Amino acid sequence: MLLNRKYLPIAVTVFLFALMFLAGAFRYTGFFSLQVFFNLLIDNAFLLIVAVGMTFVIVSGGIDLSVGSMIALTTMISASLVQEQGWPPAVVIPLVLVLGTLFGWGMGAVIHYFKIQPFIVTLAGMFLARGLCYVISINTITIDHPFYQKMAQTKVSLPGGSFVSISVLIALVVVAAGVYVAHYTRLGRNVYALGGSEQSALLMGLPVARTKIAVYAISGFCSALAGVVFTFYMLSGYGLHAMGLELDTIASVVIGGTLLTGGVGYVAGTFFGVLIQGVIQTIISFEGTLSSWWTKIVIGLLLFLFILFQRLLLVRPAARKL
Amino acid sequence: MRIRKHHLFWPLAMLAALLLFNLIYSPDFFSLQVRGGHLYGSLIDILNFGSPLMLVAIGMTLVIATGGIDLSVGSVVAIAGAMACLTISKGSDQGSLGLVLSAVGLSLVLSLALGLWNGLLVSGVGMQPIIATLILMVAGRGIAQLITSGQIITVTSDSYGYIGSGSLAGLPFSIFLVAAVFAAAGLLTRRTALGLFIEAVGRNPAASRLAGIRSRYVLLAVYLFCGLCAGIAGLILSSNVSSADGNNAGLWYELDAILAVVIGGTSLTGGRFYLTGTVIGALIIQTLTTTIYMIGVPPEITLVVKAFVVLVVCLVQSEAFRQALVRRWKTRHYPAEREAAKHAS
Amino acid sequence: MGDWIGDLTEKKGVRPLLGMTGIYKHFPGVKALNGVNFRLFPGEVHALMGENGAGKSTLIKVLTGVYSIDRGSVELDGRQVAIHSPRQAQEAGISTVYQEVNLCPNLTVAENIFIGREPRAFGRIRWKEMNRRAERLLRERLQLEIDVSRPLADYSVAVQQLVAIARALNISAKVLILDEPTSSLDRGEVGQLFAVMRKLKEEGLAILFVTHFLDQVYDISDRITILRGGEFVGEYEAASLPRIELVSKMIGKEMEALEERPKTAGSARGPRELLLEASGLARQGAIEPFDLRIGKGEVVSLAGLLGSGRTELARLLFGADRSDQGKLRLGDSPGTIHSPRQAIDEGLAFCPENRKTEGIVDDLSVRENILLAMQATRGWLRMIPRRKQEELADEYIKALNINPPNPEQLVKNLSGGNQQKVLLARWLLTRPKLLILDEPTRGIDIGAKAEIQKLVLKLAGEGMAVLFISSELEEVVRVSDRIVVLRDRKVVKEMIEDDIGQQQVMRAIAGG
Repeated sequence: MLLNRKYLPIAVTVFLFALMFLAGAFRYTGFFSLQVFFNLLIDNAFLLIVAVGMTFVIVSGGIDLSVGSMIALTTMISASLVQEQGWPPAVVIPLVLVLGTLFGWGMGAVIHYFKIQPFIVTLAGMFLARGLCYVISINTITIDHPFYQKMAQTKVSLPGGSFVSISVLIALVVVAAGVYVAHYTRLGRNVYALGGSEQSALLMGLPVARTKIAVYAISGFCSALAGVVFTFYMLSGYGLHAMGLELDTIASVVIGGTLLTGGVGYVAGTFFGVLIQGVIQTIISFEGTLSSWWTKIVIGLLLFLFILFQRLLLVRPAARKL
Repeated sequence: MRIRKHHLFWPLAMLAALLLFNLIYSPDFFSLQVRGGHLYGSLIDILNFGSPLMLVAIGMTLVIATGGIDLSVGSVVAIAGAMACLTISKGSDQGSLGLVLSAVGLSLVLSLALGLWNGLLVSGVGMQPIIATLILMVAGRGIAQLITSGQIITVTSDSYGYIGSGSLAGLPFSIFLVAAVFAAAGLLTRRTALGLFIEAVGRNPAASRLAGIRSRYVLLAVYLFCGLCAGIAGLILSSNVSSADGNNAGLWYELDAILAVVIGGTSLTGGRFYLTGTVIGALIIQTLTTTIYMIGVPPEITLVVKAFVVLVVCLVQSEAFRQALVRRWKTRHYPAEREAAKHAS
Repeated sequence: MGDWIGDLTEKKGVRPLLGMTGIYKHFPGVKALNGVNFRLFPGEVHALMGENGAGKSTLIKVLTGVYSIDRGSVELDGRQVAIHSPRQAQEAGISTVYQEVNLCPNLTVAENIFIGREPRAFGRIRWKEMNRRAERLLRERLQLEIDVSRPLADYSVAVQQLVAIARALNISAKVLILDEPTSSLDRGEVGQLFAVMRKLKEEGLAILFVTHFLDQVYDISDRITILRGGEFVGEYEAASLPRIELVSKMIGKEMEALEERPKTAGSARGPRELLLEASGLARQGAIEPFDLRIGKGEVVSLAGLLGSGRTELARLLFGADRSDQGKLRLGDSPGTIHSPRQAIDEGLAFCPENRKTEGIVDDLSVRENILLAMQATRGWLRMIPRRKQEELADEYIKALNINPPNPEQLVKNLSGGNQQKVLLARWLLTRPKLLILDEPTRGIDIGAKAEIQKLVLKLAGEGMAVLFISSELEEVVRVSDRIVVLRDRKVVKEMIEDDIGQQQVMRAIAGG
């Protein structure tokens, strides 16, 4: 085998992305440009950020359903503090990041110490965050603070006349940090060990409790950060923001080659998983006659194929052991 | 003390407490009026609006009893409603009974097919239920919108409207549908051996296999049934508003249904299941929504309350939590020993 | 050194590296360790032997900080220590390699060796350095040359085992515990492992070795400590402990004390109608090819130590595991058995060894548990009417003396013996032609034991064939017409009626 088997899923993802992008390029004029590619990033910066956090959670063998609601709550808190209370963004942004982290940390603690399925705990978290939005207000709060305006409108020019938004830079930093943490730090490796086998991780003397809780705290932080970026993008706080985003996030992570059973996955893969979702949306919008719901169907189909593909990959080494 | 051990005690107590609160807060809550041969009142509303949830939750109960979960019910609700409304809207005479019946039949067959898909992925391919049904949860919304072409399909058909807003003997017709499905589920699981098989497979798959139970068919059956329940719920929901909205119909239903099941006393780890408990659980959720509406708080805040209910119910069911309460009085053990003891049991 | 209850070998002038004295560990209802002693000297391989429930795994868990002890002292290097967690055990120099390799298959080989102590610079893991060290460690100490940057799952269990040892060595182990490391290895792989063990021993490492394979014990170990039922039996030089004595001490019967079989009636029964015939049946890694014929009304026992392949053989017959070679013929119907369901339809019944995980459904009532198999054969539509269910449940509760005699009691609230009877009732209801009982009397009280033995004889008298698996020789000899002896995953001997005696069986179990 030329390729190390562990890189196969991510290779498939990258290949798929390239194929889709090229297919788009051949079919539509004006598709094959740097700006179309950058627009993928601009439109999906917040998704990229949550997906990095979700990658950690899924690699650890868990799941976090609260991310979409957490984004909404962050937009809501930011909007209400900045707009209605007149707090400066320099205070509000760190505050929401801390809140998000604490929220994730709390869920992680409940999951670990009371041994309740992550699915259920984060479901409660999802309800809670979504509900808290409405406690603040059931209406949209529009933000017109100059700082947020500036963050939303600033274009960072790149060679070739293309540009990206500041959010994209933030997202790329998060991806880079995610790759670094996952690959080069003890915390990251412990997350992989935990996802591989919690029992083994415990017997190998790894800090299981700390790692597990940290994973949800990371995801909470990422969703809060994504919420901040989402605020830049939408310039408003609203309880209905980012509805169902948890599904898009999970789909991105899985299409990016992360096993839903935990233990295997790459942040870089998630990056391409998000891009694939973006490309599908872009192609569908370029096509014009195709409607937006095809995005969901295609993503569902991709999910199915990837999960099936992962099962086949998993069955093989098992068969060899017998 | 005996009565507190009964599995319906806590759900019933919860429901009673909610009703009591309503009684004190607004005595009108319990008033029933007869207008044109139909009963009206908050209680009737709860039954009527709660019926889709009760249906979905009944199906979900059986799936959860096998140790599985079905995340796709919300999408199936949307698909079933969309299919029925599309068929009716295409007809020349929307009111004709034949058309409505064929629309209903078509969407129920479709729901069964979706249930079959889930069942095959779980029992045939051997995927984890949460993952297998996630696929349809994502794609299903798209399929529902595909059917409705992204529009909200409105139908004007009294025959179809009857399913969700008609009344029979003074009561909403949907109640009778729930009663029929509830009875069918009860008969299927308690008058045949299916219930025993479901509980055995959910509690101890290895022992069930050695006892000769073909778990594959049991799993297939519960996902089929769950699909069917979601389909009927979808019909009621779309018929009630005489339209189908692929995007929003049945949103959050999977979560509410799971919550109803858990409140009803069925454990998420599978095994013993309580259909009556589930129905009461669904009623609690609906009453809660109605109550919050009535007090004048924005209904979205129900979510906060639900979050706490989920957490409390799960904590109560969590062995680790109960042990944590008791442990203070017990001898000190190493963390790993607790871990090992947990794995051993 | 405290009061030693059992035998002890002399080893003058050398201080033990590890000394455990008078260790007590009780669980609710079980005395898992009852005053156990254990010593380990540097540069030796010390085998810890005992049958099921002897306390081996509890002792290891105490040593690795998984369990606390109620009483007793643990000394390491002459200093009293208390080990509170697996991590602390590792820091103290005690490392364990478990039977089920407790590593992370998704991580690379190098990571599995180093995780938790990766070489770092400014918090950044130095992958190249880690891979280089891992390669060197495996090559120099274990003679293993593999690509350490590949996931562990890519390699065989044998290699994984060696990687686990490498991890233990890297944590500067003084004591290495190998808990049944050989159970899923083939002959060549065992050889490779033993070569490594010998080398490590020469380097001064103290190795605690747990295995069920007698040949391996004598092949590699210097001394042997035997436990039985949580009690300390003794510590012996391997070279001066005859096999037969080892087995008798493990089983708990002195050779002299073995009474001859009380000959029951029926020894003159004629040739039997053939019920089941297995020829060359086998499953890789579980049991080597064997032939077995069971006739109607015959009680055949499988004797052998734990892990000798008894359960594996039974599971093949019942279709619980798939055979990968050989033929199995049941009565007139040719062909093999693919699933338990098919076996049940052919008239087989199987009470598994592990009641809790494979037998009872603990949340269901006694009645439901009893009726489960019968209902399964009838299918879901033809439910046994409730009244009939109650009748049947009552009948068997009475016949088997199940206590409490309440069919609606949840089975998890019953004692082990009564749970076993519920399982028996479940299978008797299906009127099997062949009943397979895997350790039906383990962990249950004397009274229930005798009842079950009597029942077996009675059923055989009525024409049912019984395949009986037990670690207790006395019981095996008492109930069997024929005994099939297994050792190290092979059928080694078959004994019929007249030459059945505990001594002979024990010799066969112990082997050459």
